[in-house]
Amino acid sequence: MSDGEQQDVAIRRLAAAQAAEPGALLPILHAIQDQFGYVPESAVPIVAEVLNLSRAEVHGVVTFYHFFRTKAPGKQILYVCRAEACQSMGSHALEQHVRNKLKIDFHETTADGRFSLEPVYCLGNCACSPAVMVDETVYGRVTPQRLDEILE
Amino acid sequence: MASSTTKVFVPADTTARSLGADAIATAIAAEAARRGAKVEIVRNGSRGLYWLEPLVEVAVDGVRYAYGPVTVADVPKLFDASFLTAGKHGLGHGPTEKIDYLAKQTRLTFARVGVVDPLSLDDYRAHGGYRGLGNALKMEGTAIVATVTDSGLRGRGGAAFPTGIKWKTVLGAPAEQKYVVCNADEGDSGTFADRMILESDPFVLIEGMTIAGIAVGATRGYVYIRAEYPQAIRTLRAAIEAAKAAGFLGERIQGSPHTFNLEVREAAGAYICGEETSLLESLEGKRGMVRYRPPLPAIKGLFGQPTIINNVLSLASVPIILDQGAAFYKNFGSGRSRGTITIQLAGNVKRGGLIEIAFGKPLREILYDFGGGSASGRPIRAVQAGGPLGAYVHPKQFDTVFDYEQFAAVGAMVGHGGLVVFDDTVDMGQMARFAMEFCAIESCGKCTPCRIGAVRGVEVIDKIRGGINETANLALLKDLCDTMVTGSLCALGGMAPFPVLSVLNHFPEDLKART
Repeated sequence: MSDGEQQDVAIRRLAAAQAAEPGALLPILHAIQDQFGYVPESAVPIVAEVLNLSRAEVHGVVTFYHFFRTKAPGKQILYVCRAEACQSMGSHALEQHVRNKLKIDFHETTADGRFSLEPVYCLGNCACSPAVMVDETVYGRVTPQRLDEILE
Repeated sequence: MASSTTKVFVPADTTARSLGADAIATAIAAEAARRGAKVEIVRNGSRGLYWLEPLVEVAVDGVRYAYGPVTVADVPKLFDASFLTAGKHGLGHGPTEKIDYLAKQTRLTFARVGVVDPLSLDDYRAHGGYRGLGNALKMEGTAIVATVTDSGLRGRGGAAFPTGIKWKTVLGAPAEQKYVVCNADEGDSGTFADRMILESDPFVLIEGMTIAGIAVGATRGYVYIRAEYPQAIRTLRAAIEAAKAAGFLGERIQGSPHTFNLEVREAAGAYICGEETSLLESLEGKRGMVRYRPPLPAIKGLFGQPTIINNVLSLASVPIILDQGAAFYKNFGSGRSRGTITIQLAGNVKRGGLIEIAFGKPLREILYDFGGGSASGRPIRAVQAGGPLGAYVHPKQFDTVFDYEQFAAVGAMVGHGGLVVFDDTVDMGQMARFAMEFCAIESCGKCTPCRIGAVRGVEVIDKIRGGINETANLALLKDLCDTMVTGSLCALGGMAPFPVLSVLNHFPEDLKART
């Protein structure tokens, strides 16, 4: 089997495992993204078939939610909080610093594939702003200098 | 050195960890081993004194002493200062419960938060946990609902609808299957109280939902938690497993005829899914598009069945109400705002954190007595209350009492209890623009005023700030806000103009052509 075929088999297995759950689509998409880092385009018809939905319905859900990605991300994902509490503590400057340092904008991946940069609207760390998250690790009171250390 | 084992508490809450708590726990263990001191490190939740995090506590003769904010470099010095026997050190604050910030609070919903090991069911029960359920199991559904109604508890998610009334509707709706859904899609900037419950005292939410299920005859529950809270998701899932294993979830709960099954569902980064009908769509596996009302979710909710849908804090307040009684809870508060409110003090503030107090304190007292003013030391210029859809409050309004009615009277809202503080360097025109930008990003797209209005709002504000037809565009912006407020289907489009209008009203000097 080619890599693509193996991936499709794995996707079908993930979908089938939870198909009987009520409202299974989001948990299935999470399972796929957890495994592959994103929801590949080939997943849409497979999941649609398993859940007896139209491809349009599955595509609609994948694209509605900010969290689901349809392209492979960088090795690590850096989420920078853009919400009000972080703005009050200098997140604008932090955003600018990140853009300059990584030479990418939001929703982009560095040329070396190390980092993808995503905006996030609140990490619930608002008493110790500004906050960023790298994959699933949250950092508080992040200065440009501390961010450089985190990214090292 | 004490020969017995000393309990040392190092919070494992997200904020404490974001400031290095894990490294401190490791350093304390290593240093203790090096010195031959016997310590047991407990990873508790946070007390919510976030400006002191990482806050390390040591239990001496049943009293907990606080040290913070601790860095890894401080750890050997703390040992040198005999902190294991509550020795004096520059970072010491004495007994934790006597710290002014905490001593002045009324912790009802948050009674155990930061005190217990979040995943220890024994700890939970030793601190009053599951007494509410014990009482509920001896009561009829109608009596449980009446207790919640009589307590005066109102929806803590933001809408402040009486919780008991919602429950009564579900109780009276005949159906084969009913549901209890917990809205843990805490998307408002400046809020973290739901996250704290989920991470620091998850059993209180499980107990609250179980009581709700028993009260209305719902056997299935879902907790919809935002994807941005990975630790909260992990902690609650582990707590659900522990509760199941101990017979507090599943069939025949504690030997009673009642069944309640609970499951965590992970959200996927859409702010709109904090709106209850949109959340239900999402749970059903669909795009989070807002539903028309009626029918109410209490009549036709999840999968078309009668559904209780409440915020984390509302459900987490239920156990103490069932434990201590409606009158006990109702006794706290002011006017029609009964019980306690969990204020989350955030942004540019010196002492940010979680403050649970009875309704009725003026905003100024919260900002200055608790908060200590701005973090930067500059004057506070504005406070956004109630999340990204809440008005910016001007210092001239700071004497307003923090309760639902008095905040509404000045055009502000309590919402989910978040307060985001800004100093005088803030560009309020930029904040008005952000309110519209955020609405444009997060709109579900179902209704035109929100979908198109938010985009036009950003454009009009840019024109005003760019000096293009300033007077005409200011009039247009007010008109647009009016359309969004009156014509939107839900609170996102209907309230996103509130911060904008508050800037126009209180900070007009910031929303004009920039020279």
